[in-house]
Amino acid sequence: MAEVAEKEIKKSEGLFSKKNRKLLTDPLDANNPVTVQVLGICSSLAVTVQLKPAIVMALGLTFVTAFSNLLISMIRDTIPSRIRIIVQLAIVSVFVIVLDQLLKAYVYDVWKQLSVFVGLIITNCIVMGRLEAYAMANKPWPSFLDGIGNGLGYGVILVAVAFIRELFGSGSLFGFKVLPSWYIGNGLMMLPAGACIIVGIIIWIQRSWNGYAEED
Amino acid sequence: MQHSNFYIIMYTIALTVTSGVILALSSLGLKPAQDKNVDMEKKQNILQTVMVVKDREEAVKIYGERVKAYVINFEGEQVKDKKAEDIDVSGEYKKKPKKETDADERKLPVYEILSADKSKTEFYVLPLYGFGLWGNIWGYVSIKGDLNTVNGIKLAHASETPGLGARITEDDIQKRFANKQIFDIKGALMSVAMQKGEGNNYDTDKHKVDGMSGATITGKGVNNMLKDYFGCYKKFLQSKKSNSSQVSMN
Repeated sequence: MAEVAEKEIKKSEGLFSKKNRKLLTDPLDANNPVTVQVLGICSSLAVTVQLKPAIVMALGLTFVTAFSNLLISMIRDTIPSRIRIIVQLAIVSVFVIVLDQLLKAYVYDVWKQLSVFVGLIITNCIVMGRLEAYAMANKPWPSFLDGIGNGLGYGVILVAVAFIRELFGSGSLFGFKVLPSWYIGNGLMMLPAGACIIVGIIIWIQRSWNGYAEED
Repeated sequence: MQHSNFYIIMYTIALTVTSGVILALSSLGLKPAQDKNVDMEKKQNILQTVMVVKDREEAVKIYGERVKAYVINFEGEQVKDKKAEDIDVSGEYKKKPKKETDADERKLPVYEILSADKSKTEFYVLPLYGFGLWGNIWGYVSIKGDLNTVNGIKLAHASETPGLGARITEDDIQKRFANKQIFDIKGALMSVAMQKGEGNNYDTDKHKVDGMSGATITGKGVNNMLKDYFGCYKKFLQSKKSNSSQVSMN
């Protein structure tokens, strides 16, 4: 018995081993939840009209994904597989509602800006996707990192799309006018359809960059 | 691993109870802080129609010193047993009569802003509530001591189109309402209305305001809301006016 325990200690890796670092960096590019896994498209169309809500949404989603991944991974052996989706959903909902309440009590202005978007985190496919695909089968710490990585990967795309939309849609960044006053905002950028086109272009650029091709 | 039905049912019950307790505790524990924020924001919004307020703390302080709030009814009579702070304007809005002939039952709060030395009322602030293009819009309008000239307006919305109708929250748009008049010379209710199209000069017209390009329906919503609430407060404003002119004649 003692030998087995010793072997396990030898095998266990550092907190930021190469494998764990990959969990953080992979979703930023090669395995991006939005552009590669094509999850969370809905909210990346809805909250990217301006930069500020996009950033706060990205942070909120990172928080929820990371901690629900952690918790689910901790109790993964006790969850009956027949009701696992409902258990996951319940835990995500609790996190989101508590987050919403905390924001309302302590950073009221941010809460007001986000309004319905915080609630929308519950419906974000990335959260459920990571729980189902990763946290249910992995240890808590890697699951936590996986949650942070995927939240940030989502955030990178969100901020990129919001940057383009706010700049060309209303000629401003973070609410400050940056383009000269003769610039007339592009109405298409204000609409979700504009975001859909931008996300498509980002996917295109990324795929030709990484040399990705659909299998026949 | 296959779990028994009993295990699954117990698991579900435990999960439900735990989540329920966590949610109930967080809701109860945070409610006072949240209510305080909402209340402070309301006071800030009221004051912002007449002055620049640095933050919410300052707003609460000035509100305590210089605001006299009370509730009136459609006839302009004061409702004694209600406090202005307790009136929920959105709830009252639902009592808006369907037909014009029906009596208007809405309770209407009035916020009088006293001058710095508290000798006279400088402004009257009235709440607004209505419907834009996609959802509700609301705000406050402040009226100068002559009970006719608009001093400032603050508008907010639930879901107007960003960059189009949502512009009603911007200072540039709200500034356009300043110094417009509610009643004409004869004292008939004219209200203040946004026009279609943008970039026109309405400086000489006391009841018209330059519109928002691409947001005509939101503008119409604002117009209807103003007309609705100026109508509600019409009797109050007129009786106040006749009182104050009598005082000055004496």
